[in-house]
Amino acid sequence: MKKVIERNDDFQTRREQVKNLSDAELKARFWELAEKVVDPLLDLAKENTSASVERSILLRMGFSSIEAQAIIDGVVDRGLLKFGAGHVVYVAAKEKGIEVRQAGLELIDGAHWDLVVNYFA
Amino acid sequence: MKKYDINEKMDIREILTDLESYRPKRTNWVWREKQPTQYGPFVFQDASAPLKNYVPLPSARNLGNIDPQPDSVITTEIASGRFEDDIRRMRMAAWHGADHIMVIRTAGQSHFDGLIEGTPQGVGGIPVTRKQVRAQRKALDFIEEEVGRPINYHSYVSGVAGPDIAVMFAEEGVNGVHQDPQYNVLYRNINMIRSFVDAAESKKVLAWAGVAQIDGAHNANATARDAWKVMPELLVQHAINSKFSEKIGILPENIALSTVPPAATPAPDLKLNLPYAVALREFFSDYKMRAQMNTKYMDSSTREATVTHVLNLLISKLTSADIQSTITPDEGRNVPWHIYNIEACDTAKQAMIGMDDLLSMVELKTEGYLADKKRDIQERAVLYFEEVLEYGGYFEAVEAGMFVDSGEYPQRNADGIARQIEGGVGANTTVKRDERYFAPVTAHYGYNNTAQYDVDPANPSEAIDGCTLEKPEKIIFIDELDDTDNVYLRMDETEKYRSTPALKPEVEWLGDGTVTVDLFFPTDARTAEAAALKAGANMNLVDVEVIHKEVLHPSEGTRIQFKGKVQFDINIDELIIPDEPEIMEEDELRAFIKERPILTVAGTVGQDEHSVGIREVLDIKHGGVEKYGIKYEYLGTSVPIEKMVDAAIELNADAIMMSTIISHDDTHYKNMKKLVDYAIEKGVRDKLVIVSGGTQVTPEIAVQNGMDAGFGRGTKGIHVATAMVNSIKERGL
Repeated sequence: MKKVIERNDDFQTRREQVKNLSDAELKARFWELAEKVVDPLLDLAKENTSASVERSILLRMGFSSIEAQAIIDGVVDRGLLKFGAGHVVYVAAKEKGIEVRQAGLELIDGAHWDLVVNYFA
Repeated sequence: MKKYDINEKMDIREILTDLESYRPKRTNWVWREKQPTQYGPFVFQDASAPLKNYVPLPSARNLGNIDPQPDSVITTEIASGRFEDDIRRMRMAAWHGADHIMVIRTAGQSHFDGLIEGTPQGVGGIPVTRKQVRAQRKALDFIEEEVGRPINYHSYVSGVAGPDIAVMFAEEGVNGVHQDPQYNVLYRNINMIRSFVDAAESKKVLAWAGVAQIDGAHNANATARDAWKVMPELLVQHAINSKFSEKIGILPENIALSTVPPAATPAPDLKLNLPYAVALREFFSDYKMRAQMNTKYMDSSTREATVTHVLNLLISKLTSADIQSTITPDEGRNVPWHIYNIEACDTAKQAMIGMDDLLSMVELKTEGYLADKKRDIQERAVLYFEEVLEYGGYFEAVEAGMFVDSGEYPQRNADGIARQIEGGVGANTTVKRDERYFAPVTAHYGYNNTAQYDVDPANPSEAIDGCTLEKPEKIIFIDELDDTDNVYLRMDETEKYRSTPALKPEVEWLGDGTVTVDLFFPTDARTAEAAALKAGANMNLVDVEVIHKEVLHPSEGTRIQFKGKVQFDINIDELIIPDEPEIMEEDELRAFIKERPILTVAGTVGQDEHSVGIREVLDIKHGGVEKYGIKYEYLGTSVPIEKMVDAAIELNADAIMMSTIISHDDTHYKNMKKLVDYAIEKGVRDKLVIVSGGTQVTPEIAVQNGMDAGFGRGTKGIHVATAMVNSIKERGL
């Protein structure tokens, strides 16, 4: 891995490639580079998730922060985070024909885990 | 919520009642609308609508109590550790022009993995919880009606629970946030992958709620050794967060750059800061500017901090500031106190209104130093971006230590903040979404396989018949979790200051008893400091601490400010509160004076050239005594005492009005005594009504010095005329 090393100000040499750009061209160039830097970060975020992203989904599904954490713990333990914690609760509710909130509370109590593990197997 | 009278304090217990069912009025941010506005005799160009209720600047009493409002949103940060006490400060700040109230989180909250619940006490900020947010939002919903302007409520979406907090904020009506994954990475050592994954989800939620976002780039100023050298990097950091946010869906008009003039005097403030401000605003013309003030070089002098902040305000006016943030002048010594939040709001208001329409009179040069330096910063920023990509992208550049280096790019001192891609808090806690990944909620970012359940991809929450964002009744409210640390216990301890006549001085918390003493010792700094502690003890103060010292001369003297706590309560019922000055009806006054004409001599005595005060009390156009028919002979300024009396005798006057401004060594009271003695000597005291006034005159003390009446600050002609008529009536003159 490359590390930053000490370097004197070589701005005058480096600026050769930008010094003839107009102010507007320089600005356009700045934003073009900014996009190149952020695009891979956006892709990363689209393709990945985390415990906090999933907790925020459970909050939106009508669980308290404490309930959300308890559900997440069960989901992470069983390696199901990649399917979505909200998805896990949704599946339990759908398969059992019960309300989403009831399904979540029953998961916290230890019920339905075999069902969801099998579903995603 | 109950509607309070302005003469009534807010009932914090009432605010905390029925919180479980309280819903905020809105979630979105509100900007001020710029509109030329007439205030008194003046039209302000960079102004916004007047407030319904306000406290104007102190000098406004000479200008018809006008309170012109600038067009920038004005921020104040309020978080003392006890949110219940902060609510009162928010109301005071709103009256002084703040419409953006920012709440700092308690130390360590950014490493707390989840939401904190209940109302524990905080350190250096407050634990931001649903209950605390809901209570403050409820109070602000009332306060904004009282002042007649929307108030934006603000806190932080960072740390390892960003998305949880973003959802809670969107549900609870928090209108502005700090959100910048770079802050997590560089300053909180939170894993970078986790930070960007979480940030994207948070920003998607914030976009849904119409929340305004402020970035975290200004922290580079505070961290870098020479703050002005990080300017090229600041442009890069601002760009990364702004573009990342915009591509997720936050409207550019709700993306604000947190920008701080990096340098402060005795560095050449404007010469360093202005080119930077211009460079930034030129590149970021699509976004908003949140102008923050410099804290990097802040010391314990509130005077010095205020001057730095006024120079920062000059830069705001020379360029732009959609949000003008304020740093309290005491931030260099403690978590802000009530009075300094108010001072900071007043400083911003005073400076911005004072510089109204500046750019119609001056313009920035487009050639020479300013333009060259601006271009220099911009080119360095572009080259910086090029090198980030050469390293392989943002993560690799951070890992290499490119950020917060103390060299001015491309100079490198190799002392930047380097973070490992696989390191930091929350490393290896993200997972790649499976092809079947699904999230049945609104405002979710990224891949979501809705097709597998025939759910509308534009509306995934239809799968669960709506989520909390559409159906807030689904939100689960947690009240308290800790019965040893909560708002009710704290309030019980201070209850006597709410519900009994007990009163105690306060700087931040009800009943804290803290006072400051400001003094000078004619000795060196070390001796003065020790003497101050002793002085505090002799004043019966406890917890005495020197908070500021300034050498006036190495041996001749030192200024000291110290704080301490008083150990007594004042019983309001035992106070003798002087009556408000009596005022007769105008018609009654005129009728009496028509029957019994009054002639008075008037002037400013002693070696004193002040005349504004006495002229206001005399002249008809200012509502002076002339308005009620009193005739006067104005003798001018620096009038000898004897001449006042001699003139009264010569003109056969009924009264003497003596203005006395200089109060040094009690000169004003000594002059009163002298004038009365001379009148007695001349044998005319019994025939004359003698009154005096001045900004430092206390009415009771004036009377003790032989006056028939005395008048202090804020006196009008009608007060003086009433007193003269009463004296004539009582004494049968």
